[in-house]
Amino acid sequence: MSAKRVLAAMSGGVDSAVAAALLAESGHEVTGVTLKLACYGKTALSPKACCTLDAMDDARRVAMAMGFPHHVVDAEQVFRERVLLPWVDGYATGRTLYPCAACNQHLKFGDLVARMELAACDLLATGHYARVRREPDGSWGLYRAADAAKDQTYALATIPYAVLARVVFPLGELPKHEVRSHAQRLGLSCWDKAESQDLCFVPDGDYAGYITGTLGETRGSAPGAFLDGQGERIGTHRGVIHYTIGQRKGLGLAMHERWYVIAIDAAVNTVTLGPRAALERAGLVSARVNWLLPSPPEPGQRALVRIRYNHVGATATLEPRSDGSLAVYFDEPQLVVTPGQLVVMYAGERCLGGAEIVRALSTDEVTAGRFAGARGA
Amino acid sequence: MPETIYLDHNASTPVRPEVAEAMHQALRDLGANPSSAHREGQRVRAALERARTQAAALVNAQPAEIVFVSGGTEGDHLAIVGSALAQRERGRHVACAAIEHHAVHGALEVLAKLGWQHSSLPCSANGLTLPDTVNDLPAGVTVLSLMLANNETGVLQPVSALAARARARGMRVHCDAVQGTGKVPVDVDALGVDYLVYSAHKFGGPKGAGVLVVRKGAPLEPLFRGSAQEHGLRGGTENVPGIIGLGVAAECAARELAAESQRVLLLRNRFEGALRAALPDVVVHGASAPRLPNTVNISFPGARTDHLLLALDARGLAASAGAACASGGVEPSPVLTAMGVPRELAVCALRFSLGRTSTEEIVTRAVAIVTESVRVARSATAGVSA
Repeated sequence: MSAKRVLAAMSGGVDSAVAAALLAESGHEVTGVTLKLACYGKTALSPKACCTLDAMDDARRVAMAMGFPHHVVDAEQVFRERVLLPWVDGYATGRTLYPCAACNQHLKFGDLVARMELAACDLLATGHYARVRREPDGSWGLYRAADAAKDQTYALATIPYAVLARVVFPLGELPKHEVRSHAQRLGLSCWDKAESQDLCFVPDGDYAGYITGTLGETRGSAPGAFLDGQGERIGTHRGVIHYTIGQRKGLGLAMHERWYVIAIDAAVNTVTLGPRAALERAGLVSARVNWLLPSPPEPGQRALVRIRYNHVGATATLEPRSDGSLAVYFDEPQLVVTPGQLVVMYAGERCLGGAEIVRALSTDEVTAGRFAGARGA
Repeated sequence: MPETIYLDHNASTPVRPEVAEAMHQALRDLGANPSSAHREGQRVRAALERARTQAAALVNAQPAEIVFVSGGTEGDHLAIVGSALAQRERGRHVACAAIEHHAVHGALEVLAKLGWQHSSLPCSANGLTLPDTVNDLPAGVTVLSLMLANNETGVLQPVSALAARARARGMRVHCDAVQGTGKVPVDVDALGVDYLVYSAHKFGGPKGAGVLVVRKGAPLEPLFRGSAQEHGLRGGTENVPGIIGLGVAAECAARELAAESQRVLLLRNRFEGALRAALPDVVVHGASAPRLPNTVNISFPGARTDHLLLALDARGLAASAGAACASGGVEPSPVLTAMGVPRELAVCALRFSLGRTSTEEIVTRAVAIVTESVRVARSATAGVSA
């Protein structure tokens, strides 16, 4: 790649630091930028959280060491409106959102793209483990990283397709251990930093506490009825924000066999429990899909679909609908289809796109709705 | 990319070559302690005293009234806290203008922790602290702090008139002249203040060297005690190279003051005029008040400060904003807020400050860069806000 002006998003962590540093090292004109997502001056966060004041300093120090300028960009309002509040709204309405996707969509590949012109940059770079390729027909595709264990395409599936032409992922071809070696070699102080797990804005993992305490949300906190598969009341739940589909722990009930959260109905404030088998679903319906393709595939398209970040994937048939949504029919029933999570589709290494799961489909619905002759084709 | 255009002289200034040369010599040759009795020490002492004369001349003070400090912040603290402590039997109440620099507010904070009360003088819509407001201060205020030129807007305050009212009410007056000294004529006698502070790095001297003028008879308790330097008012071995540099810078600044302030005034007016012509909806803050000849504080409606600074930096122009918090973000400047500037304008404000290295060609290029940066910043606002 000939020398370009690159806006490098830097969280303060080792991945984005190495990505920016490698670009600078290979002669590109880099401007580092750290997104300020909340006013960290007031809260005490754990060292694992991204975007603390320390993290900004870490990013700045890398920029100084590598000799490129660094700026902090205030994205609090966008973060609050496009990531935080929808996430809270999800919990309050019985859904479990995956905010990292919204953050990538609206902030890293939304807000920052809007700022590229400000910084007079041609390209945007991040430390994500993913790859972008030019297809034979000239269009762009998003591909899994070379290091499959680190691949982050699941979190990138809802970024705007048009952005792929202007994005570079320097780490996409590298195994993680090589990234850490680069960090050591370049003398970047964050090379042995702990990786950020959990949501960056709730580093202690207590989502319910954060929602009710810090954000003061009152919806979804009222106790209600635990129901069994027949609709009989079997206990009392603490408020729908405390539960997610497939959850086994923290139910507070004495059971002779393992029971799980099967469904959450925030409208009537009930949580349905059942045995593991009740978690199996034959398919799902999504909201409007973000296709990372020039146009949506034909109904009947075969794909590997992932329904959670750590889901290995399941083979399925896709049925894009005229309203932009998607029906997915699994070859084998899948456990834990969670409204709010992302369904992300792959054809081989290529990520085809992603969408928010609206609801699961039962076997009957799947049978009724199946595209004739599509199963197993 | 061509060299960065530097329009942030109010933040700091390039060190003059003569200053660097003098400091380099001092580093090489003046290794003894100026407080030592032997001739080596006396040699260093002599150089220090020459600098003291140069420092005094810049503001029409006597050498005996000069106390060398590490800069404006220390000078402000020594003056305000030192004077308040010295007058503690008379009262425990101090005051300052609302638009003072953080360093002055910091000094008042120190006193607050020690049990002092504090009051503030409001500012007018065009950024002036008006003399009548002194009458509204409660009785018992012992120290009043008034800046000469506001660092953000450049507005020149009516310090003589304010000080006269304050003295008549029994207050001692401190003047933070950090932004004004070296840009406009400063005369401690004419100002009628008891204490005056200035800082070398604002007029081509090194960072880390400043002056507190303590007028004959003005009460002051030292903060740095134990050693007898600076007539016992500021203990600690003197920053010899810094002070030498300050002296040379003061001499150069005094010599060039009249011509340079005129030259810069013309450039500033050209710059401001060209911006107004290119972008008719800009708002210049403090334009209707007397201002430093080099400063333009200006709001670009629809273009956020942080976006503008990013765009300007990417295109090779250095300017600054009003107060911003350490972690980035756009908080309106307290000075603009005190002037009644609405928030949506205050978050679009930038400060440009010209100086010795500013030329006509630079001004022309700067206008083009600013205009382009405003354009991209405005479309960024449209693209970015949710």
